[in-house]
Amino acid sequence: MDKYDIVIGLEIHAQLRTESKMFCTCDNYSVGAGPNKNTCPICLGMPGMLPVPNKKAIEWTYLLGMALGAKVAEKFCFERKNYFYPDLPKAYQITSSTMPPIIGGSVEIDDNDVLKKIRINHVHLEEDAGKLIHPKIGEYSLVDLNRAGTPLLEIVTEPDLRSPREARIFVQDLRSILRYLGISDANMEQGNLRCDANISLKPQGQKELGTKVEVKNMNSFKMIERALEHEVKRQEEILSENKKIVQETRGWDDAKGKTLGQRSKEEANDYRYFPEPDIPSIEPNKDNSIDLKEIKNWLPELPKEKRIRFETEYSLSKQDADNLTSDLDLARYFEQTLAEIPQVAGNDEIKKQKAKKLANWLITELLAKLNGQGISILDCKIKHQNFAVLIEKIDSGKISGKIAKEIFSEMFVSGRGVEEIIKEKGLSLISDEKEIETIIRAVISENTASVQDYKSGKEKAFGYLVGQVMAKTKGQANPQIVNKLLKEFLDKE
Amino acid sequence: MKEISIQQVEDLAKLARLGLTEQEKTSIAKEMTEILNYAQSLNEVNTENVQPTNQVTGLDNVFRIDQKIDSDIPIESRLGNTPSVEDNFIKVKKVLD
Ligand SMILES: [Zn+2]
Repeated sequence: MDKYDIVIGLEIHAQLRTESKMFCTCDNYSVGAGPNKNTCPICLGMPGMLPVPNKKAIEWTYLLGMALGAKVAEKFCFERKNYFYPDLPKAYQITSSTMPPIIGGSVEIDDNDVLKKIRINHVHLEEDAGKLIHPKIGEYSLVDLNRAGTPLLEIVTEPDLRSPREARIFVQDLRSILRYLGISDANMEQGNLRCDANISLKPQGQKELGTKVEVKNMNSFKMIERALEHEVKRQEEILSENKKIVQETRGWDDAKGKTLGQRSKEEANDYRYFPEPDIPSIEPNKDNSIDLKEIKNWLPELPKEKRIRFETEYSLSKQDADNLTSDLDLARYFEQTLAEIPQVAGNDEIKKQKAKKLANWLITELLAKLNGQGISILDCKIKHQNFAVLIEKIDSGKISGKIAKEIFSEMFVSGRGVEEIIKEKGLSLISDEKEIETIIRAVISENTASVQDYKSGKEKAFGYLVGQVMAKTKGQANPQIVNKLLKEFLDKE
Repeated sequence: MKEISIQQVEDLAKLARLGLTEQEKTSIAKEMTEILNYAQSLNEVNTENVQPTNQVTGLDNVFRIDQKIDSDIPIESRLGNTPSVEDNFIKVKKVLD
């Protein structure tokens, strides 16, 4: 089969988590709200209403622009995109793609240590549409307009992505940026972050782009990669048979594992854009209407900066730093827990040592549990201080790794403190030499045969005797002390 | 002179959800051609260095602070002029997803 270059561009929609909607004062948070509860004459599209833009949504648009290193346009204008669909009560969507607020910018993605700059064409601000529900029975659909009018950012990339994997990494990175900025929940499964892709293939080395296909309905990072991989294969097959790609919109069907051609909403696709006469244009620099300097101050440490800091400040591997910083709340949990470990303050070496241990516990144990049960780190019951105590107890040999895991599981479920669990379950590691000596004496007198074996050079017998001591203490004796004392006793015998 | 074709009228009618008779299509094509040609006279004006007009209000930067205020109109009234409602959903003819 011929070799093809893959060319992908993305259009990503992110809902802004403002308190009120884009053009009216309705509550913008509708999770659990009854149908059409958060609506008003403006977002219901009643005639004669005056939409007034939400200042915060505009400021956040500029904030994202700054995070992407983009240019803030001197002026941007809202406009009407006209089409008929039951989820769009005005029969037009107020958007701003013709004169967008944000121009250019980029995100640098990291694909297995290969860094690549993905350019952004522009970002524009618009309003979301309502939700349609299609009952299985009955010849009708139901409309809920709670979501209609939610502020929505559309981020449009240049066709710089060269593989489905790069596309997935880009969306993940963008999600992190949106979350770090605190402007969007950016959850694909919940639909606050949505992604459409334009994808085309061209013979390797050829300059002109091939015919592109738009792929929709990719509702998770996994789906982005799977859907685009499937689409690459599909287009490769068509091209290698010397057939032509049809320019169309295809929807990803996750159950079937393939993209299917969609009937277009508008057969004669023409949105007849025109300037929104009800909303004056936005010119941030004019009369300091929008304080761009202040917005710049809002810029937090961004995911990549945090990752690099974690690598240097805590000597973490890139992989660990990446795992911890991919989620801002996890990164915060890590740093707050680390700060609770007493010796960490003022000693860089100890800080790095403890950081590594804590990172391991968070990534392998905690994340496994959180992901397995679909719980957010914010709902994690283990308090920072308790996690710090657990790490300390493991480090100082007061509990074994096995017991630590048992305590950890209990903490995860109940959120109780380490000492409390140790006491209740009798889990404390016995480090008291006197106590261990008593047990060793008992074991030696009960196992004279094994003691003889050891004396005659059978190393295996030593392991057996250690096992007997551990059994008598239900695994709670400090193994290092048991080893040391047992050797001393046997050599004395 | 630019002629608006019957096909263009049909496309527009479809987008605007208008049902037109054959006779209406012919007369609208003729009227629209005339209107557009009349508007063509604007092309005679020199618009070099003139910003496109987005607004005629003379205003700019009109915002509202981000604060939620629930509508004081009860939901029954808000949905009062929808032809069909089911459990506070607006009921419409089946749309294909
Ligand atoms: Zn509203």
